[in-house]
Amino acid sequence: MASVKNMIKTFGFPRLIIIAFLGLLIVMMFVLHIPVPLTFSQCLVRIGINMVLALAMVPGIMAGTGMNFALPLGIECGLLAGMISLQYNMKGVGGIFAAMLISVPFSVLAGWAYSQLVNRVKGSEMMVSTYIGFSMVALMCIGWLMLPFSNASIVWPIGDGLRTTITLEEWYDRALNNLFAINILGVDIPIGLILVIGLFCLVIWLFMKSHLGLMMKAAGANPNFAKANGVKVDSMRTVATILSTVLGGIGIIIYAQGFGFYQLYNAPLMMAFPAIAAVLIGGATPSRISIFNVVLGTVMFQSMLAIATPVANSLIPEGNLSEVVRTIVSNGIILYALSRMQGGKR
Amino acid sequence: MEALLHFKNIKKSFSGNVVLDGVDFTIQPGQIVALAGENGAGKSTLMNILFGMDVISETGGFEGEIIFEGKTVNIQSPQDAMALGIGMVHQEFMLLPGFTVARNIKLNRENLIANPISRIAGKGYQLLDNPKIVREAAGALSRLGMEINPEVTVDKLPVGHMQFVEIAREIDKSNLKLLVLDEPTAVLTESEAERFLACIRKVADDGIAVIFISHRLDEVMSLADSVVILRDGQLVSDKKVEDTDKHQIAEQMVGRKLESESMVNVNRSFKEDIILEIEHLRVDMPGERSKDISLSVRRGEILGIGGLAGHGKTSISNGIFGMYPAKGKVSYNGQPLHFEKTGEALDKGMAFVSEDRKGVGLLLNESIALNMVYTDMKVNRNFLKKLGPFSLFDEKSAEEAVKEMIEELDIRCTGPKQLVGRLSGGNQQKVCMARALITKPEILFVSEPTRGIDIGAKQILLNYLVKINKEQGITIVMTSSELNELRTVCDRIAIIGSGTVQGILPPDAPNVDFALLMSGEKGGDK
Repeated sequence: MASVKNMIKTFGFPRLIIIAFLGLLIVMMFVLHIPVPLTFSQCLVRIGINMVLALAMVPGIMAGTGMNFALPLGIECGLLAGMISLQYNMKGVGGIFAAMLISVPFSVLAGWAYSQLVNRVKGSEMMVSTYIGFSMVALMCIGWLMLPFSNASIVWPIGDGLRTTITLEEWYDRALNNLFAINILGVDIPIGLILVIGLFCLVIWLFMKSHLGLMMKAAGANPNFAKANGVKVDSMRTVATILSTVLGGIGIIIYAQGFGFYQLYNAPLMMAFPAIAAVLIGGATPSRISIFNVVLGTVMFQSMLAIATPVANSLIPEGNLSEVVRTIVSNGIILYALSRMQGGKR
Repeated sequence: MEALLHFKNIKKSFSGNVVLDGVDFTIQPGQIVALAGENGAGKSTLMNILFGMDVISETGGFEGEIIFEGKTVNIQSPQDAMALGIGMVHQEFMLLPGFTVARNIKLNRENLIANPISRIAGKGYQLLDNPKIVREAAGALSRLGMEINPEVTVDKLPVGHMQFVEIAREIDKSNLKLLVLDEPTAVLTESEAERFLACIRKVADDGIAVIFISHRLDEVMSLADSVVILRDGQLVSDKKVEDTDKHQIAEQMVGRKLESESMVNVNRSFKEDIILEIEHLRVDMPGERSKDISLSVRRGEILGIGGLAGHGKTSISNGIFGMYPAKGKVSYNGQPLHFEKTGEALDKGMAFVSEDRKGVGLLLNESIALNMVYTDMKVNRNFLKKLGPFSLFDEKSAEEAVKEMIEELDIRCTGPKQLVGRLSGGNQQKVCMARALITKPEILFVSEPTRGIDIGAKQILLNYLVKINKEQGITIVMTSSELNELRTVCDRIAIIGSGTVQGILPPDAPNVDFALLMSGEKGGDK
């Protein structure tokens, strides 16, 4: 009995509840005759395209700057790189990787500038970063109108500026999803996508165990300890912020290819929240995180969203409730995960 | 005259560890009693008993009686103490920064005006009578001879004035009969301290008794009427100030005779080979400020740094290792050391065990293994293996070194993977020590290595220091508040007072010489 209790404690009671809820949804799916293979295929894609965005939370938490609510900053860099890749007609899987590469210098620059602010607001990083994210989105709204993109497929036919939504069919729509994809029992398994996000998880996992990663961890866990051991705490926070921004940039490109669209203007405004919700559900706290937390959290959160929507739709067929349900479920989960965080444990 | 307060045969122990052993003294109205003693002598415990703090009742209460104005009182909480007319001014300020001086002085005792709403809704809705609050606060301040505008907010006051506001708050309480001051001058400058002391004198002249806790013996001599000295929980002296002097007080505080055979490093000879030269070091460490430290450390010796708390002895190692801003010149092996750069001292082959075990010394949520090898991994890049672009932490190779250390220092744990936060204080201290030693330093700085740990672990750590000094030739600079501990292991002991080196003595120098230096009288051979 004691060992069961212990297991529950280490795994986390909130996670058990969420898994139970997820189980209930899956049962409902069968009961309501919702097409199971299709839903599972959607689950896998959603998990894959959101994973890197959730991974972007890792460096900040390690270095003690908490959840990176300024994820939209990295996302804007990724979108900018994506637009450049479209402008020059980079296509297929190569186009995706080219876009990722292009995003890195932008993200490094933006991340560095943002880190200078982060190091001046110690203790309230999460609050400040939320507004950094919001204001960057607003600023880039002007940017999307002003930047000299000229490819006819991505700018408005009349007037100036980029379109709000750009479908990727011409370039790299679902290129990673379809790479090496196989079909088992009607479920599409996007092997290419899984390989890519697996690689990112592995790299970040190795980073956490590396010399630099351990320095970063000490800077986050106990800045005085770090200082006494010759670790420059502020530089660690800078590196972490840059890394998180870079991952945000790459994350949005993977997200967009799997989704089939680039969404500009106000679309990135709230994109930090699903990523944060995922890692919170996975058992991370604003001061402790592991790759296991990220993977488990993303799997649980995204499958729940993917399954809850069709279930809700068939339960309440009147009108189009899916968007409302999605919002309620996702924000409800964030609220639940935040309230389950052990009080005062940062 | 009837005594205001009588501590009658007070005894207290924390889980078998006796901290107060039959303390018995009295205080008359209007009398200033200085309470002196080393750290851990039992001063704070005695005050906690007087104020009915939770720590006392939670650990099984105390024996003996407190007799206040002729009656035995049972003080269960600080509120009870206040109701009796006992007030306290703490070392740290307990003021609301955004409130005005007047509001702070009258906090929770504000003058109120009734209004129609409060008549229905209750007392909580009465309005503040601000003019009266300001008037009364100004009155309290002027009783202290201080001219502070009562309408400024506290955060705009100079630090030195805040202490006066605290006193004003206490004396404004109409029933105040006894005022306890816990190291009130620690944060004040000299001229502020002087004014402050004058102010206390005034309070006492109004018939209020004062218990004054201080490590500054000059203040004790000039202010107090009598001096009570505690040592290891026992009352060793209760004398009128006229009947004693600074040296005697210092000697009695330090006390304890030490057998000469327990000093292991008497009369070792060294070549004049200076490994570390400190010149005019000034470290801005809050509460332990040093002003002008000049000290040279000879290769192969164990140098002790002692002195009373708050005089700056622990700031030396903290300054050299870049923990607090410092100025001055330090040369190591003849080369200048840029101690302001983070990690410089470590890179040059020095190691540091901080006095703040939990705050600085450890990553409490990480394993023993990682904690032990962290410095060596960071500084010397050991215990790493290459994998592509990554230098990964190699747990296997670390584990061997860690196991060796666990055995060597007799660390009681379930294995290298156990989290450090779960260990006892003594074992945590051993982990800190191990971390420093795994780097194979040429010179080791240890601060308060035995603070808050049990006697067994204490002995192991001290023996180990002596052993590595003899066998591996590691030069050790050890800072400690316990003079006897320094005397058992050190070759020389530098006594720090008022932020400077007061003198350097051999461990077998007589007690009185140490006492002289601690009390601030220059002497000894430099």
